[in-house]
Amino acid sequence: MKTPSSRRSADDRGFRLGTGFFALLVVVLVAGIFWELYRTSHLSIAKFGFRFWTGKTWDPVSGEFGAMPFIWGTLYSSLLAMLISTPIALGIAIFLSELSPKPLRTPLAFLTELLAAIPSIVYGLWGVFVLVPLVRKLQVVTPDWMRKIPLFSGPPLGVGMGAAALILAVMVIPFTSSVAREVLKAVPSTQREAAYALGATRWEAIQAALRFGRTGIIGAVILGFGRAVGETMAVTMVIGNNPQVSASLFKPQYTMAAVIANEFTEAADDLYLSALIEIGLVLFVITVIVNAISRLLIWSVTREVRFKAPKAPAAATRTAPKVAA
Amino acid sequence: MNRTRRRKALSGLVVLLCGAAVVTALVPLFFVFVYVLQKGFSSLNWDFFTKMPKPVGESGGGMANAMLGTLYLIAIAALIAVPVGVIAGVYLSEYGKKSFASLVRFTADVLNGVPSIVIGIFAYGLAVLPVKHFSALAGGLALGFMMIPIITRTTEELLNLVPGTLREGALALGATRARASFSVMVPAALPGIMTGILVALARIAGETAPLLFTAFNNRYFSTNPFQPISSLTVQIYTYAVSPYDDWHRQAWAGALVLVAMIFVFSVLARVVTRRLERMHRT
Repeated sequence: MKTPSSRRSADDRGFRLGTGFFALLVVVLVAGIFWELYRTSHLSIAKFGFRFWTGKTWDPVSGEFGAMPFIWGTLYSSLLAMLISTPIALGIAIFLSELSPKPLRTPLAFLTELLAAIPSIVYGLWGVFVLVPLVRKLQVVTPDWMRKIPLFSGPPLGVGMGAAALILAVMVIPFTSSVAREVLKAVPSTQREAAYALGATRWEAIQAALRFGRTGIIGAVILGFGRAVGETMAVTMVIGNNPQVSASLFKPQYTMAAVIANEFTEAADDLYLSALIEIGLVLFVITVIVNAISRLLIWSVTREVRFKAPKAPAAATRTAPKVAA
Repeated sequence: MNRTRRRKALSGLVVLLCGAAVVTALVPLFFVFVYVLQKGFSSLNWDFFTKMPKPVGESGGGMANAMLGTLYLIAIAALIAVPVGVIAGVYLSEYGKKSFASLVRFTADVLNGVPSIVIGIFAYGLAVLPVKHFSALAGGLALGFMMIPIITRTTEELLNLVPGTLREGALALGATRARASFSVMVPAALPGIMTGILVALARIAGETAPLLFTAFNNRYFSTNPFQPISSLTVQIYTYAVSPYDDWHRQAWAGALVLVAMIFVFSVLARVVTRRLERMHRT
């Protein structure tokens, strides 16, 4: 015998399972990406094994695929980009959350976030026609003694690691700065007030806030790194696309994302295609790990505070007698 | 006393440096905009909007097919992503405290950080590899996958803004949870959900990498979803790396149109958000 209330609870279960199914799709999607990439790169994984990651020759004609230069290019360009962008992004986050006069805050936040709205291809276009010629001019006037240093060696082409790192840095700034700002926002104002009460200067109070939110700030920086690793179009257009391992800022190099973008439609045979997909698989695994770590770090600050805040008064009364005693 | 002065000086210096960081970030923004506006406007003409591309080396022609193609692709993407994203968002907001919900939330955030080119490979494996030819559908799939996590998270966030008393009122009147959610909560959050969709559209409209080997490119325009299709972004890329001056000119014009399109989506999103905020304040 069905009572109205049992029908209702059946309906509710249907609703939970129905909507839950769509939520499950999000998880299935990520698992599906991994499975599909693994499946289609199987040929290359089976043939080369670990040699794929240490080999330096990338020769589709003879069927020899080594991805070392691409991994180097991706890691080096991303690290250089982080070196440039991190201080700037943190400066912006601090300025916007701690220092900015109120009327300036919203427009400045809007402008810095606009950097993230510009599509990669437009950065690339600008890179090819504006930034690269500028870098070339800089290379031409670089004195000979400097060019002997490995960091600055190479022909004056304009395209190369330096141009790529610069454009990547610009593209990563808004991601790091907006998350860092959120983290700083989540730091309770009591932290700063306590510092001021002890006679701290502005910078010392900011340091107190930074120290409180440091896990989240690190998360923001790592998130930026994840973005830089996966960035494709703008880098493809300015890095010069030459698979070589070099520390020079002025030499054309290649990244994992760029080689996929350039060669995917040209991959004539199955092994070539599966080698490119294996690069994609590793790119996927790296970005999933990097993003997972950064999310956990960010959540540990922004969530903890949100959940603990209402409990604070209760905790205060509980500890108060102890202090008195 | 000397020590205090030094601490104050250091503090002032840091304040100055932080201000300088903001200015430093705005310099490239300014220059990118100036170039896109200047080079774009000087290259725009009526032909650009109405004509198809000319064969290699011939000057003239336009990107009419690419503009239509981009709209076509984002329409397919929205058709795929909006239902999944919104309903998954409803689940997260209704059952947000379950550990499965945390997993979904976490996965959505991680998916958001997966490079678009990787998602392109996935769509290639799903929709191009089995049939052996590029298609608008494959491109739309790739873009749709990118939209899903954005829509899911914004829908959840905005549903959480709707006062819980509305749901409780509906439940007290005997409504089922589904009814309370879809007839009361979702309509109340609708402007916000629209914002989420617009933000997601603004984000994918500028994507190039996942389209290179899914939607590919097409010199003509066809409404057949199983044919390759041109897009503004892929066309800009093709023209930018070509050796022809006239194509470079058109690439800048394309960039201007693309940026304008994204700007429209973002402004719309802002307008809707403003309305929502005003609604909830009263």
